[in-house]
Amino acid sequence: MTALRLRLTALSAALALITVTTGGALAEKNYDTGANDTEIRIGNIMPYSGPASGYGVIGRTEAAYFNKINAEGGINGRKIKFISYDDGYNPSKTVEQARKLVESDDVLLIFNSLGTITNLAIQKYLNGKGVPQLFVASGASKWDHPKEFPWTMGWQPNYQSEARIYAKYIMKEKPDAKVGVLYQNDDFGKDYVKGLRDGFGEKAAMIVAEESYETSEPSMESHLAKLKAAGVDVFINVAMPKFAAQAIKKMAELNWKPLQIVSNVATSVGGVMKPAGFENVQGVLSATYTKDGADPQWDNDPGMKRFLAFQQEYYPEADRRDDAVVYGYGAAQTMVKVLEMCGDDLTRANIMKQAASLKDFAPDTLLPDITINTSPTDFAPIKQLQMMRFKGDKWELFGAVMSSKLGH
Amino acid sequence: MSAAEEVVTEAPAVEAVPKRAMTLGYGTSLVVLAALILTPLFVKNFIIFQMTMVLIYGLAVLALNILTGGSGQFSLGQSAFYAVGAYTSAILMEHANINYALTLPVAGIICFAFGFLFGQPALRLSGVYLALATFALATAMPQLLKLGYFEHWTGGVQGLVVTKPDAPFGLPLSQDMWLYYFTLAITIGIYIASVNLLRSRSGRAFMAIRDNEIAASAMGIDVSLYKTLAFGVSAGITGVAGGLGAIAVQFVAPDGYTITLAISLFLGMVVGGVGWLPGSIVGSAFIIFVPNMAESISKGLSGAVFGVLLFLVIFLVPHGARQVALVAQQLAAKLKKN
Repeated sequence: MTALRLRLTALSAALALITVTTGGALAEKNYDTGANDTEIRIGNIMPYSGPASGYGVIGRTEAAYFNKINAEGGINGRKIKFISYDDGYNPSKTVEQARKLVESDDVLLIFNSLGTITNLAIQKYLNGKGVPQLFVASGASKWDHPKEFPWTMGWQPNYQSEARIYAKYIMKEKPDAKVGVLYQNDDFGKDYVKGLRDGFGEKAAMIVAEESYETSEPSMESHLAKLKAAGVDVFINVAMPKFAAQAIKKMAELNWKPLQIVSNVATSVGGVMKPAGFENVQGVLSATYTKDGADPQWDNDPGMKRFLAFQQEYYPEADRRDDAVVYGYGAAQTMVKVLEMCGDDLTRANIMKQAASLKDFAPDTLLPDITINTSPTDFAPIKQLQMMRFKGDKWELFGAVMSSKLGH
Repeated sequence: MSAAEEVVTEAPAVEAVPKRAMTLGYGTSLVVLAALILTPLFVKNFIIFQMTMVLIYGLAVLALNILTGGSGQFSLGQSAFYAVGAYTSAILMEHANINYALTLPVAGIICFAFGFLFGQPALRLSGVYLALATFALATAMPQLLKLGYFEHWTGGVQGLVVTKPDAPFGLPLSQDMWLYYFTLAITIGIYIASVNLLRSRSGRAFMAIRDNEIAASAMGIDVSLYKTLAFGVSAGITGVAGGLGAIAVQFVAPDGYTITLAISLFLGMVVGGVGWLPGSIVGSAFIIFVPNMAESISKGLSGAVFGVLLFLVIFLVPHGARQVALVAQQLAAKLKKN
């Protein structure tokens, strides 16, 4: 019995020794599932079909960008294998695809999957498994909870950040304003209202009226009449494109002309401004963080030159006016940056660590002076925006880039 | 082709007791059952999850099959019942901390009541008109779930995250494997119950109504009662499937239960063979795996590829899996003779 025990001790000692030595040899190159000397596997889920299929362009742009990186030799000699599946914007399908990516395709991480509900459906699963859910393509503020969800990180400025910037602008330019908000009664709208209240801080009383609408309502008239009656002179229009346009038209009918701010989701010229009538949207304000691919002012911008060269060579069928192309390019560039920073330590933990230590990184398609910064307590990469004003038939940027930090 | 044509002409002439048409033979059943029990032991968790989903959608297709194949009523509203079942389970589990297994009968009963009540006005309609009425139900459901009044319970647009159960009694099974066997047990139970239902007095009444409503009522069948009953049973089973679906997916949100789901289930029923209960599993596998296959063939044209595949199936085997099974049976019989 003792002899056996002795032998066991010897065996385990030998085993321990082996583990130590191999551990030492691997110290320079560390891999989790999904990465090796020649390949990094990245998973992604996009609504290529279904009601949100317009966003599928983001996934295609990213695939094209990774092709470009591979053609140029990859990242530290490793090629990216980008596996992108369709979920049709259906959360149960997202779960199935996420599990397929993690358990069957053995991806290292899930990158830039699109949608708030769809990402919510897989957040618990990915965090339970310890798989990075990086740069979520949604403006909800939920992706910035590093304590609760250490494996989830957003990318674009979230709705709360944007709303805080509007609050800052109003306090500076019109300190005696009577602010009225029209918002969609869901996560998106409520995030904005919270951001506005936080942004106004002690001066939250400047918001004199809040009206919420349901997407099932046929007309915005009653809400707008109430806001007008409350004496609102700064109107914040937090609505999805179709409703934003409806509201603007109705305001013209009511002959109500306050200073108006529309949220970034409803700034499309073709989708909102034109249907609302150019004569009704002169002087309307909003904010943005990306360069407009169709705006000639960026023709000599080195970043945009690189973007256009990429687009012509790797994704020629893309429409350069489509925001989704500019967006996908910027997100993919951030992903590549993080992987470069990881060096030969391609573990999931190190990926989160590097993603949380981005400093002043500026993707080509973001506005000048807007940079990406993260920290272990800050999982919101982009927090700056620049105000813009609608003039003639397009948006004109003005003022300096603003940060959404409170109290600045 | 001639064999297939014979089958086609055979099918509508329903036998008095459609025992053989409804089910598989004992031998085949045992083989299928053994495969369903043993496969999970050898595959990855992800595959087990997919198999669980096949069973769950299989149940939902089976429910539609009882309604359409059994009593001859159309429904494009099954996604609504599925959603009600899913939400019932999710709300009971997350807000009332009720054991997941106990939420399923509740989901079933609520959906039965819901289906039975919906069946009342639907009685006045038949054929495409009924299909349209149920279609309205399916389109309305996601919006109803988003309504502010219920938001405290349903979580509104954000939905609810559901906790996945562990295997009980310290069984050394992964969560996925446990849930699979749990689902399998329920599926077998419901399958046997459904087969018996269709062979019973009520089942014969369903089929009499399907074949000729006037003749059925002349024979003394309470047409309105049995029609609503078929709706209720179908909705109840769909509700149980919905509850299981919520537990397996661990998430419910209004956008998961759109009209697309109802159409998928309808499609599953046609591909599996209308009125042939074992076909439900085949149909369910079709609606789960074929879109994935289509996507792997071409990402940009996945919808078109799926359409072509579906067209081929409907063109080559209009009676779905049932037809394939019958042809296989005839071949086997021929081989035996030789």
